[in-house]
Amino acid sequence: MREEISDMSEDDETGERARWAPDLSKNRSDDSDSGPGPPIGDSPPPFSDQVLENVLENVLEFLTSRRDRNAASAVCRSWYRAEAQTRRELFIGNCYAVAPHRAVERFQSIKSVVLKGKPRFADFNLVPFGWGAQFEPWVKSFGAAYQHLERICLKRMSVTDKDLTIIAESFPLFKDLTLICCEGFSTLGLAVIAERCRHLRVLDLIEDYLEDEDDEVVDWISRFPETTTSVESLVFDCVTCPFNFDALERLVARSPSLQRLRVNHHVALEQLRRLMARAPQLTHLGTGTFRSEVGFGEVDPNLDLVSAFGASRSLVCLSGFREIEPEFLPAIYPVCANLTSLNFSFANLTAEELNPVIRQCHNLQTFWVLDSVGDEGLRAVAESCRDLRELRVFPLDPTEDSDSSVSDIGLQFISEGCRKLRSILYFCQRMTNAAVVAMSKNCPDLVVFRLCIMGRHLPDRITGEPMDAGFRAIVMNCKKLTRLSVSGLLTDKAFEYIGCYGKLIRTLSVAFAGDSDGGLRYVLEGCTRLQKLEIRDSPFGDASLISGLPFYYNMRFLWMSSCNLSMRGCKEVARNKPNLVVEVIRDAVEEEEEEIEAVEKLYLYRSLAGARTDVPAFVKIL
Amino acid sequence: MFLKAYVSSCGWLMEVKESDKNLRNKTNSSQRKQNKRKEIKREKRREEKRRKRQLRNRNPSRRREREMSVETERSSTESEVSGLDYEETALTLRLPGGTSRVAGSEPDRKRGFSETVELGLGSGAPVGTRGVGSTDDQSDESPESQASVAEKPPAPKARVVGWPPVRSFRKNVMKSCKLVKVAVDGAPYLRKVDLEAYTGYHQLLTALQEMFSCFTIRNYPDEERKLVDPVNGTEYVPTYEDKEGDWMLVGDVPWKMFVESCKRVRLMKSSEAVNLAPRAQHS
Repeated sequence: MREEISDMSEDDETGERARWAPDLSKNRSDDSDSGPGPPIGDSPPPFSDQVLENVLENVLEFLTSRRDRNAASAVCRSWYRAEAQTRRELFIGNCYAVAPHRAVERFQSIKSVVLKGKPRFADFNLVPFGWGAQFEPWVKSFGAAYQHLERICLKRMSVTDKDLTIIAESFPLFKDLTLICCEGFSTLGLAVIAERCRHLRVLDLIEDYLEDEDDEVVDWISRFPETTTSVESLVFDCVTCPFNFDALERLVARSPSLQRLRVNHHVALEQLRRLMARAPQLTHLGTGTFRSEVGFGEVDPNLDLVSAFGASRSLVCLSGFREIEPEFLPAIYPVCANLTSLNFSFANLTAEELNPVIRQCHNLQTFWVLDSVGDEGLRAVAESCRDLRELRVFPLDPTEDSDSSVSDIGLQFISEGCRKLRSILYFCQRMTNAAVVAMSKNCPDLVVFRLCIMGRHLPDRITGEPMDAGFRAIVMNCKKLTRLSVSGLLTDKAFEYIGCYGKLIRTLSVAFAGDSDGGLRYVLEGCTRLQKLEIRDSPFGDASLISGLPFYYNMRFLWMSSCNLSMRGCKEVARNKPNLVVEVIRDAVEEEEEEIEAVEKLYLYRSLAGARTDVPAFVKIL
Repeated sequence: MFLKAYVSSCGWLMEVKESDKNLRNKTNSSQRKQNKRKEIKREKRREEKRRKRQLRNRNPSRRREREMSVETERSSTESEVSGLDYEETALTLRLPGGTSRVAGSEPDRKRGFSETVELGLGSGAPVGTRGVGSTDDQSDESPESQASVAEKPPAPKARVVGWPPVRSFRKNVMKSCKLVKVAVDGAPYLRKVDLEAYTGYHQLLTALQEMFSCFTIRNYPDEERKLVDPVNGTEYVPTYEDKEGDWMLVGDVPWKMFVESCKRVRLMKSSEAVNLAPRAQHS
């Protein structure tokens, strides 16, 4: 399911995630302005050293963790060279942190690239369209340099059909294309990939936005090679336009390695059954919708569906379920006990409808659901899924003053039942400190805690106090916490606690919180591992921004929007830190010529590349 | 062919099978040239759209100060919205006329025919900006809050961009979550409509009228609504099955209650509708 995305956003470094190579830019030492290593292109070493270097290269082949590689490259020139020769996976957490040509000069035998573009708040329409993160300069550099490139994974980049064509033309061994939250391409680009990447194994399109006109949709599914393919994963639930179902069925039939298939919402149950019959070996299935395409008085396909699921012995992950018709849910009972991952987050289910399903999912580790199931539904989850590691509860009605059926009660249930919980994202309208404290005590393994109380500035619903105490407990008790999102009524005290106890926090998201500059200051000074800080609508001003000067080189980025920043403060930061790119973003297409003193959006990030050259009119780099 | 022309002229997309015929498989070189030309044209059109979208998305601070008045919003932005974001309506089964709703107090507000056919998003209010996804998700927020305002006495705060932090993809998917099947006695096919897309009965009936192409709405003096097939004069009465499984006449209950309880809709021939519960007496 979405294990890949959630891990991508955490950038964490367990053994199994080692395939993500780390930041290309500097080492992670405190406050030292260390460069990227010895200069490239010095004279070749003497023979004995060359032998040593060859030995070292053989050893370094086994080193996959990017942090370890960064450390190894800093030992001496010889190690730097050896490491550069042997790095196979390139991870660039901010596409503007380094120029493409520089990456390509240093690392010459890359097989896998991970590249991230826009700041995360772009997902919520806070970054104007056309801001940047074009993939084009990168694909051109890679195309020229990396003949053996097999894998490209992009997140929040702008990718055009032309870029996809360059991929298809440049990399004869290309195997894996994963696009997450990208935009700018269409089914035309997909057709080129399908047709020309003969060794394609993975085509994963996750929450992308395709630019298709309805009358210009291309039948990309038909373009896969007619012979047996090596496709292992095909995910396209975000491709909203219709596709050629018969072609997909044939493709599935001739793809014996297919393990993961997630279709879009143009697939009804009758068609799903046909696909499942062709691919009983699937491990991950996205059903698209979960409704019948026929109307009254037609044959009920339910029976066939049951046998289809019954035959899918390998299914461990189910998703899709859009436009769900709950009467068909019993069909999935045969696989429930094997499921480790279940995504109901597009299924409007009540607790009664969820209950019989979830009761059977004893082995569930990842569960995404809508708040329509209510606190009662979460109680069933807590009682049934003792091994749960990740829970996400999304709002059915994602507006500020909607009636959410989940609350602190549901959170309490979960904390009591799912003791092994590591990651939680919880949208609600009402919360209490007590429930958050309970979770902090019951689930000490929490690595990710994201609570979104949708009403702004809402206090504890029972005591009326700010939510400071709850978050204090989280940072105190959850000693492995690396990612935190706060919400509700919060004073500077909350940030004091976060700075004091949140020593491992790498990503912090703040919205509508805090009283004064002190709040931000606590965080900047206290959270020594902070990498990504995104803040919106909070009363932090220039003084707090400037207090962070010693720390910005240790961070990937800082985003602040609708705070109390001014040009004076931002300019001072830019002046003081030459290797920081300080972008002031206005909302698109404003006509005023004179400079506005108040800064609406600030995005600053460390960079070896200096000010970027593709800046649109509404962005000013200080 | 007629169906296809009709469909495209109304900005509809039918179920998968119909649209399969629209997919073309370009393989030879002349078609590749054609592709290229189309690509250039497409790119130009997208640029145009983006430019218009940027103009529309200007100045989100204005949004915060704005009165919670869906009426004035819609009238000011209708012209900007028409015909743009065509892909939004085209890609789902939602009907033109957008996803806006007003507070439950005005279920029968009459809307001009042109408003309902417009290929747009209703209240495309000036919002923040489009990151990943369309502007439609933003435009949907304020009318929904309008709806809940009617029920809650204290006025809500002015809306802000991008809050709650739910991705556009998810918002767009969840918007069409009240799909109900619509069947017509005697017609061999079914349609599905998204009840959330309408603000009242009149809109729904207008949409049904267009959907099945052969009806005109006839309003009777006592507010009964019927759809009439002008060819043979058969009258159809819109009925629906509610959560309890009872078949009721469309229009009896307030709109919101109807949306909540309706499971499916059937346009029944008048002659067969006599067994339904009689209309509630208006006091």
